Amino acid sequence: MRKLDRKLLRDLSQLKGQSIAIAMVIAAGIAVFVMSMCAYVSMKGGQQRFYRDFAFADIFAEAKRCPEPLLERIGQISGVATAEGRLVFDVLLIVSGMQEPGTAKLISLPESGDQKLNRLHITRGRMPESDRTGEVAVSEMFAEAHGIVPGDEVSTVINGRLQQLRIVGIALSPEFVIQIQGGGGLPDKKRYGIFWMSQRQMEAAFDMSGAFNSVTLKLAYGANPQQVMTHLDQLMEPYGSVGAYDRDENVSHQFVNDELLQLRTMATIAPAIFLSVAAFLLNIVVSRIIAQQREQIAALKAFGYSNFEVGMHYLDLVLLIAIGGMLLGTFFGIWMAANLTEMYQEFYKFPVLSLMIDRMSVLLALLLTTLVALLGTWHAVRKSITLPPAEAMRPEPPPTYRPTLIERFFPTELLPAALRMVIRNVQRKPVKSAASVLGISMAVAVLIVGSFSLDALQYLIDFQFRMAQRQDLSLGFVEPATSSVIYELSHLPGVLESETTRGVAARIRFQQRSKRVGIAGLIPNPQLFRLLDDQENVVQVPERGIMLNSALADILGAEVGDLVSVEVLEDERPKLDLEVTALVNEFGGLNAYMNKQELHEALQESQVATGAFLRVDQNLLDTVYQELKIRPGIANVTIKMTAIKSFMETIAENMLTMRSFNIFFAVVIAIGVVYNCARISLSEQSRDLATMRVMGFNNMEVSTILLGEIGLFTLVALPLGCLLGYLLAWAMVLGLATENYRIPLVVNNTTFAFACTIVLAATFVSGVIVQRRIRKLDLVSALKTRD
Amino acid sequence: MNATDKLAGATKQKTAVFRALNVTKVYRMGEVQVHALRGVNVELYEHEFVVLLGASGSGKSTLLNILGGLDVPTSGSVFYLDHDLTASEPSELTNFRRDHVGFVFQFYNLIPSLTARENVELITEIARNPMDPMEALAMVHLQDRANHFPAQLSGGEQQRVAIARAIAKRPDVLLCDEPTGALDVKTGIVVLEAISRINAELGTTTAVITHNAAIAAMADRVISLSDGQIHEVRENSERIAASRLEW
Repeated sequence: MRKLDRKLLRDLSQLKGQSIAIAMVIAAGIAVFVMSMCAYVSMKGGQQRFYRDFAFADIFAEAKRCPEPLLERIGQISGVATAEGRLVFDVLLIVSGMQEPGTAKLISLPESGDQKLNRLHITRGRMPESDRTGEVAVSEMFAEAHGIVPGDEVSTVINGRLQQLRIVGIALSPEFVIQIQGGGGLPDKKRYGIFWMSQRQMEAAFDMSGAFNSVTLKLAYGANPQQVMTHLDQLMEPYGSVGAYDRDENVSHQFVNDELLQLRTMATIAPAIFLSVAAFLLNIVVSRIIAQQREQIAALKAFGYSNFEVGMHYLDLVLLIAIGGMLLGTFFGIWMAANLTEMYQEFYKFPVLSLMIDRMSVLLALLLTTLVALLGTWHAVRKSITLPPAEAMRPEPPPTYRPTLIERFFPTELLPAALRMVIRNVQRKPVKSAASVLGISMAVAVLIVGSFSLDALQYLIDFQFRMAQRQDLSLGFVEPATSSVIYELSHLPGVLESETTRGVAARIRFQQRSKRVGIAGLIPNPQLFRLLDDQENVVQVPERGIMLNSALADILGAEVGDLVSVEVLEDERPKLDLEVTALVNEFGGLNAYMNKQELHEALQESQVATGAFLRVDQNLLDTVYQELKIRPGIANVTIKMTAIKSFMETIAENMLTMRSFNIFFAVVIAIGVVYNCARISLSEQSRDLATMRVMGFNNMEVSTILLGEIGLFTLVALPLGCLLGYLLAWAMVLGLATENYRIPLVVNNTTFAFACTIVLAATFVSGVIVQRRIRKLDLVSALKTRD
Repeated sequence: MNATDKLAGATKQKTAVFRALNVTKVYRMGEVQVHALRGVNVELYEHEFVVLLGASGSGKSTLLNILGGLDVPTSGSVFYLDHDLTASEPSELTNFRRDHVGFVFQFYNLIPSLTARENVELITEIARNPMDPMEALAMVHLQDRANHFPAQLSGGEQQRVAIARAIAKRPDVLLCDEPTGALDVKTGIVVLEAISRINAELGTTTAVITHNAAIAAMADRVISLSDGQIHEVRENSERIAASRLEW
């Protein structure tokens, strides 16, 4: 080993506290980077393999009833590689041990041979057979939620008849990687399941022989999906199609892509924060070492070491710290990715979701770390190598101070001299001071960004499901129900209040933009299903016109007062030009609302409803459930409270895990910054502090000067960090907003307080560690040496 | 007659501010033991001006550090009046320095971020009965430079600020460690004049450490150390003014 390298190792061991602190900050950044990249690659890989191996369709369309021969014509559309027709119906489920009814999406399996598209992956049991009555395969998520194994039975109400379903297989489908009812509802794995049943049995049960109501297409290579969808719409329109759509409108696909987007965002933002803090810390530490080793550098150069060798010596020191942190971070990142992938398996059902270690990202991490290390220390190292030996032999000239700017306006004579020392030290190094403040603020910001999602989620649920929607149950009907059905429902024992809604599929156009959405017709002045604006005020349902939720309005570029054209995709397909009367605040889905009466008139129909909202006497809930279970015509039931509860249970643990990671990372940043700043200040001021100790200042008084600076930084950093955290949260809310979900920008005071408390505590701990060194100050030698 | 007896006989009637009895100090530097002091007996009296003379490594700085409460002896005792410094806790030593001792260092040790006046104020803020900071600066003829930072002052001026800082608390004893060590002759003399004036006007017991034998002429007493022991104690029959010193 070269002697210079030995010096390097010894210098490093002198700096172990600071080196570890910096390496940890780098490790945190790299860990998040490697974690998100590996999780991204694993999930993306899992998604692509599943889609490819199980032939996930490209185009989907639903209709009322299409005759069998239509399928052949669909298959002939230019650009279509494979077309498959099927039956899809929502039915009510009766599961033993569950009072409330559940909802099943029942999908047919072709008679002849295998499915061509959206093939099932059977994880347990076998595929249902067409000649055995009542055999079904069920989605794994639902099976797991109920502990269902092949051989178990559930009941369902099909066309008013109670039917036993015998589960023979547990299945995964590329179409339902995540199992959520569309339209911004909450995932409820217990009360919503996907069931697959043979085509023949479904035809018989739903009176659909020789017909299909859903078609899925695989496109040929290079086909234009837009053209295919137009052709498909033309063919299916006469049979009640509500318009074809591609994968981007498949809820499961959307959710997986949203998650991938989140991982990518995380892989960019987090390393940027952590590595810039690390660069700053490396800079102050290396600058200080070089200042301290001025005479050593001079001696080395006097003896003939080249500028390059001296420069490399210090760069090696930095790289050793940085790469140490990077390796630690990589291992930690892979470990976190393994955990995350495991956690994903609860939500995202792939046949194989195995952790893939993304070699590129590890390489990129190495590159990034090296770059940060070089950037952070280049200035200081360059200064050291360009210093002529003769000049370096002389001690650095004493620092010059001037009265600070503040002092010109503020009578600092009133302040104790010790405090004036602090203020002048801070102002003498404005860049270092500002960077320290920024570093500590970053810790606060990281905590806020990591914790605010819980606030946001609570607000979302409160806003959407308590303030706006005040029903207990939402029902969906198989066919538009007449007023007598509605009358009957509203008079069930236990039903306190009821409202109906008429939903239609429609395409809304504004200028050159258009979107296929559902329009809900609402009764005037609804009390259960209410619409609110972003100020939480009730939006009145107008007699004429349309209300858009803000996300839809954004996509269309429409504002209040604009005239949008609405093409209803059902019945006579009326076209309406409607004025946007209000924008509605909603955090899920893309929705539009109209007056129900206006919709009836446009469709030239009587007072029918496709759904109802019920408020129910909580003591009679079970009675209501019993009634609903046996009532024909009800396709699905959503129970608001249980959905919220199940959703919160599912994500609460994950949020807690993420939050503890965030706390750990923020503490790493806070300690990294505070500890290093304090150590540097101690090193720079040790002579002053020792002098003061000699002159009779006690440990506490001297510590006040040392830690006063850090205290001052922290004091400024807390509000700044809160602001930064809020801005970052805002950026994240914008960046992660999708058609499915928008996160409201809500940061509670408790979250600000929590972030500040954690950072204060981390500051305090690092302060105490450094403060203990003041006791060890060698008073005698500090006086002898000239710094 | 040994040195201690001579010392005792010559100064019987004066009050001893410091008494060091059989003080030894052994440093352990790795494997090696360094005997910095080997049984030193010494007394410093009220109002007197003492020069501790010795070559580098003679133990003079170690003795001064022990008297000033910066260091503790390995054996023996040190009394400040009737307080046993060797039996004091670190916090008691801090208070001792705070209330009774003024230090002047070879390299001034001014706080670079504070002006001359503020350097003095740093001490007057914690002292029990301080003088006005400007009065202290006036005593070293630096009242006009009060608002200058150390970097704006010459070496001699910096050392005079350091003296003003040391005496502003009205210490009972002023300990100066090579106060002219970093200065040229002319500036050194100005500094010594300031120290001697403080001793004369305030009556502060003053001990100056130096390796410069010429300075010894301005003292009441000269204590010479070599190899960790008191080699000689000499009383000057006549003190020579600092301005007349030459080296």
